[in-house]
Amino acid sequence: MLFDLLKKNPTFKHGIHPPQFKEDTRDKPIRHFPFAPVMIVPLAQHIGKPSVPVVSEGQEVTRGQLLARADGFVSVPMHAPASGVIKKIGRVPSISGKMVPGIFLEPFPGSSQEVLEGKPVKVESATPEEIIAAIQNAGIVGLGGAAFPTHVKLKIPEGKHADTLIINGAECEPYLTTDHRVMLEQAPDIIMGVRYLLKATGAARAVIGIESNKPDAAENLRKHLPPDLPLSVQVAEVKYPQGAEKMLITAILGREVPSGGLPIDVHAVVVNVATTAEIGRLLPHGRGIQERVITITGPGIRKKGNYWIPIGTPLRYILEQAGAEEDINRVFMGGPMMGTAVSSLDIPVTKGTSGIVAFRDEEARKKDQKIYPCIHCGACVDACPLFLNPSRLGILAKFKEYHTMASDYNLMDCFECGSCTYVCPSHIPLVQYFRMSKLVLRNEKAKAPHV
Amino acid sequence: MRNVVYALLPIAAYAVYTFGLSALLLLITALIACLLTEHLLNHWIGKESPLGDWSITITALLYGLTLPPHLPLWMVFVGGVIAVALGKFIFGGLGYNVFNPALVGRAFIQAAFPVAITTWMAPFLPDRFSHIPSSTLTLPFLKPVYDITSGATPLSLMKFEHRATDTYSLLMGMTSGSTGETSALLIALGGLYLISRKMMNWRIPLALLGTVYLISTVLHWSNPDIYPTGLFMLFSGGLMLGAVFMATDMVASPITPLGATVYGIIIGIMIYVIRVWGGLPEGVMYAILFGNAVSPHIDNLIRPRVYGTGKQWSKS
Repeated sequence: MLFDLLKKNPTFKHGIHPPQFKEDTRDKPIRHFPFAPVMIVPLAQHIGKPSVPVVSEGQEVTRGQLLARADGFVSVPMHAPASGVIKKIGRVPSISGKMVPGIFLEPFPGSSQEVLEGKPVKVESATPEEIIAAIQNAGIVGLGGAAFPTHVKLKIPEGKHADTLIINGAECEPYLTTDHRVMLEQAPDIIMGVRYLLKATGAARAVIGIESNKPDAAENLRKHLPPDLPLSVQVAEVKYPQGAEKMLITAILGREVPSGGLPIDVHAVVVNVATTAEIGRLLPHGRGIQERVITITGPGIRKKGNYWIPIGTPLRYILEQAGAEEDINRVFMGGPMMGTAVSSLDIPVTKGTSGIVAFRDEEARKKDQKIYPCIHCGACVDACPLFLNPSRLGILAKFKEYHTMASDYNLMDCFECGSCTYVCPSHIPLVQYFRMSKLVLRNEKAKAPHV
Repeated sequence: MRNVVYALLPIAAYAVYTFGLSALLLLITALIACLLTEHLLNHWIGKESPLGDWSITITALLYGLTLPPHLPLWMVFVGGVIAVALGKFIFGGLGYNVFNPALVGRAFIQAAFPVAITTWMAPFLPDRFSHIPSSTLTLPFLKPVYDITSGATPLSLMKFEHRATDTYSLLMGMTSGSTGETSALLIALGGLYLISRKMMNWRIPLALLGTVYLISTVLHWSNPDIYPTGLFMLFSGGLMLGAVFMATDMVASPITPLGATVYGIIIGIMIYVIRVWGGLPEGVMYAILFGNAVSPHIDNLIRPRVYGTGKQWSKS
């Protein structure tokens, strides 16, 4: 007993402890959300090639019906978030600020909104290939925020193997309680999802990783663990960015993903817990994903909570329904650490949107602090979970030494967790510098003639 | 950075108590020289005045505290201008200076006025609050004339007369010396305050003081007649002030924990070598400037292993 108390939860080195702000929504059960008068469905809500529309303007569709098919392997299809009529196929506003290809859909008012069923894929009889194909057909991407097509990482490359499947329920991002609620309310779906994932990857065991600030979620999942499944629950220390793929692998398996490599290089596959639940829920019915759980919170929201929100619901409609204050002036999609501050409210939520956090005047103003020069204090060096030197990288970025940043200081390893920016006493926007530097390098590479 | 000023205030107050009006005038002159130079130079290049970041106040106080209390004020002023202009401004201001600006100013004085900066006054003179030493008020470019009791620092007593000062006097600041270096205890307390506020990298003073203590203790065992004890070395001269407040200048010291430790050890060795085998009785200033110079190289050479590189991850 005493031994257990002394034993610390596993974690990674460095990292930060930002305030959690989860108490406003962690106890709020997931509730359904009304359909917006117009839905906006971008064709690329994932990393990879955009999907190709299979419907035409004016056509009536049923909720869950295929709207656009996947274009190749690294791509996923889109399904109708509501029964309604296709108003227009063209360009829609997106979070990047650009107009992107997409579909406007007008839901039928008062329709029963029953979801279309497809061909079920049974975990007992399906082959790994069939499961991987079914996950792609269901349009599933990483719901934790990265929106990478899940089936792509389940396809184990030739010559490699997975020994452990890690289900990521860390949810280290402040404010967000999406995964927390999913673990409390959808345990059977998660277990079913794990069955599919284990079969697809061939991994010998699965571990659900949860930060210790969600003991109720860990307990609930432990209660549901079936005796026939090599599945366990591992509680990890509360520390940001514990939910980053690499950090969670290190905490649970003690392995380091090699620089430039993937989890499979250390025989691990990591899937977000809400994604897992979605797989467990959709595949037995052959359905496609048409809604997701989103935490709507922040000081600028009156009806804070966790909601099932149809994919494609415009942000403006969500804020209206959730009772946003008049004076909100900063809205994040995702959390405040790794999410994106939006430039327009006319963009829709997409498959990767895990939270909507709205701030009012005073909170945002506190953030706009004066930037001082780097005084070499080393706080960022102590915070970086990858042991990079953000101070040096920041100075190099200022002098546009992008190539040195990548070649000598491992810029490309940075996954933009923002810990350095968070701790910087001089308020230097380090992670923003790095994002921009990486973009410059990527654009350069894309432009360079191929030899 | 205001915390550093708070940590320095008791030391400055004790200095004024020990050396009287001369120390007070010296510190005020140092502040005026540094703040004015910083303000005017930034005004000149059209930058917002950086006095609000407090860094130059720290520089000014540190610079003043390293000078002999009755140094002519005009020299104090010239050195202060040099400290800010050559130690900080020409490198690009806050964050870009290679050397500790306060020590750049002091090094200039040491080179330009070698006699004035090695002439010390006795502590606790009875008329220190009523009489301003004549040297303090020397007119610019004239040689100072000394009209008060002079003193010898514990280090010069040791070097030239082989007389050790007792540890209690060193700790409490009963000796002669630079304005702010005499009370090792107050300096250590200021350092502990900064460490508790996480405003200082404790590895640097620990490595530096540890190195000096270790070398001197070993050598003292080998020959007590020649080599002073470890405690004497720790608490005498500018070691405490240098280790706690000068070597820890974040801008001019390495950024990684291991780098900071190596940097502290290098400075510690340099100090011992200069003090015991060099021609000068004190070596803290040059040792730290040397440490500042190698600091960027330490950062280039000693880097933490980036996640997922080098040593392979544990095999499963």
